[in-house]
Amino acid sequence: MVSLALGRRSAAAASGRPSPFRLLVANRLSALGLAVLVAIAALAVLTPLLPLPDPDVTDPAQRLLRPGAEGALLGTDHLGRDILSRLLWGTRVSILVGLSATAIAALAGSLIGLVAGYAGGATDSVLMRGIDLVMAFPYILLALGIVAVLGPGLLNALYAIAIVNVPFFARNIRGITLGLARREFVDAARLSGASHPAVLFGEVLPNVLPTIVVTMSTTVGWMILETAGLSFLGLGAQPPQADLGSMLGEGRKLLFTAPHVSVIPGLMIFALVMSINLVGDGIRDVLDPRLKSGALAAPGAATAVRRDTIPDAPAPGPVLAVDGLRTEFRTGDRVYKAVGGVDLTLAPGERVGLVGESGSGKSVTALSLLRLVPTPPGTITGGRVTIGGDDQLAASDEALRRLRGGRVAYVFQDPLTTLHPLFTVGDQVMEAVRAHQPLSARAARARAIELLERVQIPSAAARFDAYPHELSGGMRQRVCIAMALANDPELIVADEPTTALDVTVQAQVLKLLRSLSEERGSAVLFITHDFGVVSELCDRVAVMYAGRIVEIGPTAEVLAAPAHPYTAKLIDCVPVLGQPERRLDAIEGLPPAVDRLPEGCAFAERCPFAEARCRDGDISLDNLSGDPLSGDPLSGDRAARCVKPLWGEA
Amino acid sequence: MWSYIGKRLVVAVPILFGLSVIVFAMMAMIPGDPATAILGSYATPENIARLNRQLGLDQPLVQQYFTWLGNLLQGDLGRSYALNRPVADEVFERFGATLVLAGSALLLCAVLGLIAGIAAAVRQFGWTDRVVTFLVLVGISTPSFWLGLLLIMLFAVQLRWLPASGMFAIYGGGDLPDLLAHLAMPAVTLAVVATAVIARLTRAAMLEVLRQDYIRTARAKGLSERRVVYWHAFKAALVAVIPVIGIQAGFVLGGAVYIETVFQWPGIGRMLVNAIATRDLLLVQGGVLVVAASYVLFNLLADVAQTLVDPRLR
Repeated sequence: MVSLALGRRSAAAASGRPSPFRLLVANRLSALGLAVLVAIAALAVLTPLLPLPDPDVTDPAQRLLRPGAEGALLGTDHLGRDILSRLLWGTRVSILVGLSATAIAALAGSLIGLVAGYAGGATDSVLMRGIDLVMAFPYILLALGIVAVLGPGLLNALYAIAIVNVPFFARNIRGITLGLARREFVDAARLSGASHPAVLFGEVLPNVLPTIVVTMSTTVGWMILETAGLSFLGLGAQPPQADLGSMLGEGRKLLFTAPHVSVIPGLMIFALVMSINLVGDGIRDVLDPRLKSGALAAPGAATAVRRDTIPDAPAPGPVLAVDGLRTEFRTGDRVYKAVGGVDLTLAPGERVGLVGESGSGKSVTALSLLRLVPTPPGTITGGRVTIGGDDQLAASDEALRRLRGGRVAYVFQDPLTTLHPLFTVGDQVMEAVRAHQPLSARAARARAIELLERVQIPSAAARFDAYPHELSGGMRQRVCIAMALANDPELIVADEPTTALDVTVQAQVLKLLRSLSEERGSAVLFITHDFGVVSELCDRVAVMYAGRIVEIGPTAEVLAAPAHPYTAKLIDCVPVLGQPERRLDAIEGLPPAVDRLPEGCAFAERCPFAEARCRDGDISLDNLSGDPLSGDPLSGDRAARCVKPLWGEA
Repeated sequence: MWSYIGKRLVVAVPILFGLSVIVFAMMAMIPGDPATAILGSYATPENIARLNRQLGLDQPLVQQYFTWLGNLLQGDLGRSYALNRPVADEVFERFGATLVLAGSALLLCAVLGLIAGIAAAVRQFGWTDRVVTFLVLVGISTPSFWLGLLLIMLFAVQLRWLPASGMFAIYGGGDLPDLLAHLAMPAVTLAVVATAVIARLTRAAMLEVLRQDYIRTARAKGLSERRVVYWHAFKAALVAVIPVIGIQAGFVLGGAVYIETVFQWPGIGRMLVNAIATRDLLLVQGGVLVVAASYVLFNLLADVAQTLVDPRLR
């Protein structure tokens, strides 16, 4: 279960679907491990054919020769036996014992796991409680106990190590089987009259085989190590037979006079186990990519910015001016243009809705404003975001930190996952305050309680010490809003803040947001897929499609007379209370994938009015009055990105 | 909270009971007749029968078990024939030494493993990450008994910095610096594998946590990156790592068998190896039972620690 960052990118960069073996070799360390393992295995297989002295013939006259001595490449031990010969014969034994133990453990453990997972009920509990009991013993201690019962000896050590490894297989296989046993194809096989063993071995087993192989490849190294350990303690291989562990154990007594006798077999165990673990990692990554720990990159503090051109600074005045913002996601050799050039300006105190289907780029636009898009894979590749007169995309980390939660605050979608589960809600609000104001703990606490009261949380002082999971969804979202208000922001970016809530709670939260924004004069950028919500809250609305704004204008006007066919379709999707007979028109087709955007209008494929010129070259966002766009949020301009809008001057 | 700890304690009782059954059954499975073993092959059948009666071996197994369990609960683990002293005395004396060794190793691996795992996660794909990832692999692949020998060769034989074996110096030892000098090499050797495992898991847990929504929230409210990583992310990762530390307690207690043999540490592991070699089975039984029970308690402690960190479990 070791994850290797090294060489991973070369594997990811390979195009198409390479064969498992190629994937394994593409991981450089796994390839190295495989080479070493093959070399050791080849030596072990060929040992009987090599011109080596008998490993058990003693020659007191030649005792304790150093490595490199004539006739004994790796020297001799205290009885004058050739170490190279003993090493190779010992490696054979150790590999054989390790593989046998793995096979036994895999067989017994997988069988227990299969039966427990497939049968379920009492069989499952009895078997798994037994497994739990075995696991309640410290690993090696149980092996020792078993050897104590069976008596010292290589075979008994093998059994002991196999038994203590049974639980790993049983648990892993049971988990997978449990899921499979309830799947349709298993039901189908059972209903077609197949016997239980036939279903278990014919249908279930093939599906758990990869897991068995992965578990084997990750435990075989351990088993070689542990059987060597038992031999080292004198409980495994008995003289004159030698495995790597017993050689090491004998050499220990000569530590001060002839260290090479113990160093060499130890080195061999290490090389063997290390190469097996490297290959095991590779196999695991290939067969079961989900287990690849940390394969996905964790995002850094701020989105990477790599802009070719930077637009000029806008006229001062607006709280937010977005100019030509572009954000891309790169995975492998694909580039997803999530945001493809967004212009948006918010006046102080103005509430603007950003509407679109999922995947339209509205959330990425919102997160890009303060560089909260995860990098990797996200990169901001163009544009300018001006907040408080400064280009935020060029801001230092510290300047960015001050903006976040200071001038601009966020409220996110799911309040259960967006609040830290291990801190009290009061602590989290307090933290938001203290990140920007140098208050004492006592003052910050008082301020946090005041904030919780302001978002109408009943008995706020008592709720201060509640954990998020102890509150309802609506209460949690109020806490998030309280956090956002902590430093009287000029702009609140609310990213689908009501989507995860019940309808009644939704209405309350919307009302709260509205009154808070009016009371404090905060501007709100409200991200949603729901035109109904926009009409209740927002002064203006911008509609996004495939990463760009396709229509923008005052909410009431856009709702009454949409200009872009997409906006019209989107408005048709909103159910109206009291009109149950109204047909809800789902928009046919799917939005285009943002890694292969079509020429021209991205909506043309789904548009009932599309014609040839819609697919010809870039279409600009034009003022519907025919005048140039002023860019002033208060101008009341309406604009659409369409060659033949439903009304206005085209 | 307290009710949770109470519940865990109650769950531990059947586990301990199960352990005792397994340990008793293992000893009962040993082929051969203990009375013959004690009296030797020249004993008369009458003598053997009398000793069997004295030892209660003529009773049904279930009754033998409960007699044994009753004695066990009164602290009577039987008598070691090889050492000619009560098993309980020997076991607890040795167990103290093992606890010192295993405890220090556990402390070491928890601290080092957490630090290495976090450092690797914070600089994912960077050099720290590569070095840690590679060392983790080396750590889990190194036979600890061999590493111990290498350390003795280097620090005791070559450099003469540290004593090669034992727990205290024979002359003039016995104080804390003396103990620490003797403890250094065995504790480090014992900690290596567990450190590697904990580092690997901490790294994975940190990377997982850093992708969570609440970390984005922490950044969005303007917390410093240091606070985000070392407080918000670390605390959440700790919830995943604590049970692993509990499991590592088992590997450390078991691994002590090797380390005590290599460094001649007067602990329970070395006692067990000797007892197996001399077929002193009551001593083996007592030793296995005490170490296994202490592992159950370690896991109980890990459970409680996890509850302290994660309010959702209370």
